[in-house]
Amino acid sequence: MKLDKYLDRSLWVFHLNTGSCNGCDIEIVALLTPRYDVERFGIKLVGSPKHADVLLVTGPVNRKMLPRLKLIYEQTPDPKAVIVVGTCGSSGGVFYDSYNIVGPVDKHIPVDVYVPGCPIRPEAIINGVLKAWLKLERLRGSSGVEIEKKIEEVNA
Amino acid sequence: MSVSTYKIPIGPIHPSLAEPMTFNFEISGERIQSVDLAPGDNHRGIEFMGRNRNVVQIIYLAERICGICSASHPFAFCRAVENAAGIEVPPRAEYIRVIISELERIHSHILWAGIAAEELGFNSVLYLSWKVREEVLDLLEMLTGNRINYGMFMIGGVRRDILAEQVPKIRETLQYYKDAYQTLEDVFLKDPSIALRTKNVGIMTYEDALHLASVGPTARASGVKKDVRQDQPYSAYADMDIKAITPDIYSGEVNGDVYDRIIVRILEVFQSVQIIEYCINNLPEGEILSEPKIVKLLGTLKKAKGEGVGRHEAPRGEVIHYIKLNESENPEVWKARAPTYNNLMSWLPMLQMQEIADIPIVIASIDPCIGCMDRVTLVDPGSNKKQVLTREELVKLSIEKTRRMVR
Ligand code: SF4
Repeated sequence: MKLDKYLDRSLWVFHLNTGSCNGCDIEIVALLTPRYDVERFGIKLVGSPKHADVLLVTGPVNRKMLPRLKLIYEQTPDPKAVIVVGTCGSSGGVFYDSYNIVGPVDKHIPVDVYVPGCPIRPEAIINGVLKAWLKLERLRGSSGVEIEKKIEEVNA
Repeated sequence: MSVSTYKIPIGPIHPSLAEPMTFNFEISGERIQSVDLAPGDNHRGIEFMGRNRNVVQIIYLAERICGICSASHPFAFCRAVENAAGIEVPPRAEYIRVIISELERIHSHILWAGIAAEELGFNSVLYLSWKVREEVLDLLEMLTGNRINYGMFMIGGVRRDILAEQVPKIRETLQYYKDAYQTLEDVFLKDPSIALRTKNVGIMTYEDALHLASVGPTARASGVKKDVRQDQPYSAYADMDIKAITPDIYSGEVNGDVYDRIIVRILEVFQSVQIIEYCINNLPEGEILSEPKIVKLLGTLKKAKGEGVGRHEAPRGEVIHYIKLNESENPEVWKARAPTYNNLMSWLPMLQMQEIADIPIVIASIDPCIGCMDRVTLVDPGSNKKQVLTREELVKLSIEKTRRMVR
């Protein structure tokens, strides 16, 4: 896989928990460890949204985290992609009818990729990040035809 | 010249965990004078939602109180309901419950060990321990169908049986962990730089642990011999002779520091291996559910009236669920008390007069689980954001300190 040729920079990811059950969050950490090891693709978890290309959001968004979610979205520099990891962030999931939940995430910030599952498998998150990478390529100005050609080359 | 203190608020995003939580530190020089906690960032109103659902639906909600303790909460919850409605659990189901809970303890403790090492700047140790942890997740996936949130528990039993052909794989995994003990001991307990960073750091005395009602490994590391499995044996634990593990078993003394908390957790991993081995060798034959038809079960529960309490020793300490059934579809009251709720206050004595660079490891040392704890809204003292230390900066401080000490 010649992935890095097209990533003029590696994808750096910031992880934001908006009140999740932690299940998806530990799977995100599991991604970094030897079994899945996304760092071999250059994907790295960073400690500040200002360094990130991709925002990984977990959790159904509770009242207290809502202003922080918006703030962090604004702090992430453009071009950026937002991935919602887990069912509870995509639709509310088991937490759909609580007084303190104001989600799902796409009610408040634009979302590019949804990774459903409760909890998701680590492979699914890798797939989600790949989808986000395509979106970033498009934002950087690659045309649809170019991207398709690149995908073909990657798959070849 | 007068010495003045200054305040550092940390959080809610990434203080030293993957979960949100706000800390306000009062600092004088490099030393922490006092700490104030402002939880509530992870509050989802789970108990409220439970009052609008039927008892079987709540099991899945209880599972999602916390993804790491996703066997402990349903275990305590099912025991509470069985207690309230007077349901007997078949012996085979009790053994399977214990096997799943102990597998969860193995995964949780090793997860914690990795995170603690990362806070100290040993990323290679994080990778090593999480590699070791993947084996137990594979086993859990084989037995339950999921890596996290197992969906195993049901009122009156478990939802899946352990088949004869799965037993060899369980034994293989147990052998793997017995072999891994030497590695973990070498890496965590014999390594001089980990000892330098963790010995005499974040001390909690025996008296403090009692006064603050700490539970689980946090209390045991301070010498309090407290373990629900020992004090009030239940389920299949009653057939075994389980003793609370305190650090003096390994090192001959109790200091109540971060190092002792590492000892307790590493030893408990191997206690769990022994418990699972016993369960596999003595697995009784028979049913796994007292009432396999869920509709009928719900009918019985709808007519039940009474209160029930369920206790279980989760990886982080004692978890208690209380339920009140009142002849209706939904429970009248459901209350869950997670171990981190007790352990939270342990931070106060532990962090007193520590260095800023020790904040990450001390915070991590009680293995906090904010998802579990934040079902209760506490008062939010208006967080005045003067200077916010991010997790990155904190961990950097911690790593620098390790480098200094190793040199
Ligand atoms: S999707 Fe499910 S497992 Fe993931 S954080 Fe939400 S409730 Fe937890």
